[in-house]
Amino acid sequence: MASAFEYAPAPESRAIADIAPSYGLFIDGEFTDAADGKVFKTLSPSTEEVLSEVARAGAEDVDRAVKAARRAFAKWSALPGSERAKYLFRIARIIQERSRELAVLETLDNGKPIKETRDADLPLVAAHFFYYAGWADKLDHAGFGANPRPLGVAGQVIPWNFPLLMLAWKIAPALATGNTVVLKPAETTPLSALFFADICRQAGLPNGVVNILPGYGDAGAALVAHPDVNKVAFTGSTAVGKEIARTVAGTRKKLTLELGGKGANIVFDDAPIDQAVEGIVTGIFFNQGQVCCAGSRLLVQESVQEELLESLKSRLSTLRLGDPLDKNTDIGAINSAEQLARITALAERGEAEGAERWSPACELPSSGYWFAPTLFTGVTQAHTIARDEIFGPVLSVLTFRTPDEAVAKANNTQYGLSAGIWTEKGSRILAVANKLRAGVIWSNTFNKFDPTSPFGGYKESGFGREGGRHGLEAYLDV
Amino acid sequence: MPTTAPNGPSAPTASAAAHALSDVTASDAALRRFLHGLPGVDAVGLEARAASLGTRSIKTTSKAYAIDLAISMVDLTTLEGADTPGKVRALGAKAVHPDPTDRTTPTTAAVCVYPDMVAVAKEAVAGSGVKVASVATAFPAGRATLGVKLADVREAVAAGADEIDMVIDRGAFLAGHFMKVYDEIVAVKEACGTSARLKVIFETGELSTYDNIRRASWLGMLAGADFIKTSTGKVAVNATPANTLLMLQAVRDFRAQTGIQVGVKPAGGIRTSKDAIKFLVLVNETAGEDWLDNHWFRFGASSLLNDLLMQRQKLATGRYSGPDYVTVD
Repeated sequence: MASAFEYAPAPESRAIADIAPSYGLFIDGEFTDAADGKVFKTLSPSTEEVLSEVARAGAEDVDRAVKAARRAFAKWSALPGSERAKYLFRIARIIQERSRELAVLETLDNGKPIKETRDADLPLVAAHFFYYAGWADKLDHAGFGANPRPLGVAGQVIPWNFPLLMLAWKIAPALATGNTVVLKPAETTPLSALFFADICRQAGLPNGVVNILPGYGDAGAALVAHPDVNKVAFTGSTAVGKEIARTVAGTRKKLTLELGGKGANIVFDDAPIDQAVEGIVTGIFFNQGQVCCAGSRLLVQESVQEELLESLKSRLSTLRLGDPLDKNTDIGAINSAEQLARITALAERGEAEGAERWSPACELPSSGYWFAPTLFTGVTQAHTIARDEIFGPVLSVLTFRTPDEAVAKANNTQYGLSAGIWTEKGSRILAVANKLRAGVIWSNTFNKFDPTSPFGGYKESGFGREGGRHGLEAYLDV
Repeated sequence: MPTTAPNGPSAPTASAAAHALSDVTASDAALRRFLHGLPGVDAVGLEARAASLGTRSIKTTSKAYAIDLAISMVDLTTLEGADTPGKVRALGAKAVHPDPTDRTTPTTAAVCVYPDMVAVAKEAVAGSGVKVASVATAFPAGRATLGVKLADVREAVAAGADEIDMVIDRGAFLAGHFMKVYDEIVAVKEACGTSARLKVIFETGELSTYDNIRRASWLGMLAGADFIKTSTGKVAVNATPANTLLMLQAVRDFRAQTGIQVGVKPAGGIRTSKDAIKFLVLVNETAGEDWLDNHWFRFGASSLLNDLLMQRQKLATGRYSGPDYVTVD
């Protein structure tokens, strides 16, 4: 869209993040090579440029890391909560101090716009550490009885969509409750976790309390299966979640899974339309739709369908797709070639099954992994794009006629992670929210996160809650 | 005679609007139903959107464009009890040559004065293309009878005002007498004749809710406003990014429904170039580039101009000057 008011490029300086040519595994407070010497490359998805070469953890490294965490556990768990809190507060403050650097780093490694890492990811990461730091000396009052005990060594496997935030969701409550941690970041986004390892050293965290093992699925599987791990926490796809549940079954390991979703964003005819449009955009195009709780199904009441879609389409035409480091970019790159292929295949399936596809006119950069914001209308419950999680900037638009129909359609999914309700009528919000089977329900907003609020799913979206007081339970022997 | 704007003062506005939405203003009840049937506004969402557009980073060439555009959109205003012909003449000179050291600086859109100063202002800007806007209708309170308000308007128009900035009767609006507010705007519009464009001030700070601001916007546009304007600058809360965003949505939607384009003027509280540029981003990404012209968007401001000029000098020379390098009038 050529306009008289073109925005000149406003790129954040990439020099702010000083990325080393290679990184090791972080075990027992030291960076080390993998036992078998294997490495892998991490790319910038917006340019396909190699950012760094990272050691690739194998089963032997997992064992080493778990042993280090086990050694550290005795002392760490014996510390008074107020002492553990000091470390967590320190980590939170260092994250704030280094937030610009971390935001640039995350944008480079993940492909998401700097606007999001700067204004959403990093503030939330710091807030999460601050929040759980506050709990560390108040566990007696968390509702789990007097003196609740930690579990031991937590094996944590996190996804690539919010690399540092998912790390915070996992590590902050684990440390606050007195556990030690072995965490495996995703293979496409290992860098921010390695910078976090450096922050742990900067904060003087005792060796072995946090261990970071960059690697692939085999390292995650070895970690989950390791006999000396007491607690497994996983965020990622439902398929891998099921695999983990099978591995853990029959052991005494405590398990929480935060898996896929196919969130319904329900717009009633009395909704605040302009804000609903914003909420739909935030719901599905935030982080290029690579969000487990994305509002990927728009359920709109038939009587306002036309008006809403018209507004939505003109709003989508103003989205700015491009260099993620540019402060004016709204839509960044897809995280990997693999994910792009998956999104592309599902969108093609949508077309093949007869849904009508629409995208605003937008030029995609020639290198890197890109997918234009996409809207499908004429979608029914029977379409694959209404049932399968796409994990990309693709919105399926369905309609309904009555509140009952909206609830029935919203719940008619194998998932149950998130939902949104848009109406100016307070009583309808409460009535509908009570009937929705979703772990998080937003009303007149979407994709709002706060460390005080528990997050988690029903059905195949997983079990257990992260965040809030509820998030402590997963890391306590209760 | 006042100069005619390029697109022509929208005299047929009221009748055209009446055509497209004729039933709406047929009775008090119909008007109320229509205004209450407009989509609600979620305050949190509206403010979040305004704030997020405020994070746009406008640099180099786009900044130069925005600063010149903003200067050309300023309604340079003095509305004090202490105004004198001398003060108004100085303001006029400033409007015509905002930066005496750089004649490439655009003129402001208008000077905005009280009705008794219109003749002086007219003379001060004669031949420059700068318009003279006059507040009228017992500005800023609007607490006078209709006859007095209309006389106020007629005198300002007779003295040569190109634009009339009227205030609505907030008391009537808040009491739910929408038809009374509507009729008054229609009467003022008529008093403006074909020569003066009408800006309708809602005093958004007194309407207090966003739902009210959206209703007032539609009410004003239905009644034939050429511009809808946030505020007088005389109350605690004046133009904000959120209320201006809301009014930009209203003019966008109104044009989509009726084909009639209406301007927007945030006034009061916009003091820095950074703020002004944020408002231009709101215009660009909400109403669209058709509104990026001083025929359709204005800033009601006084101190803003000097900050724009300082930023303009900075862009040209690479150095920050200071308040002594712009004129104080």
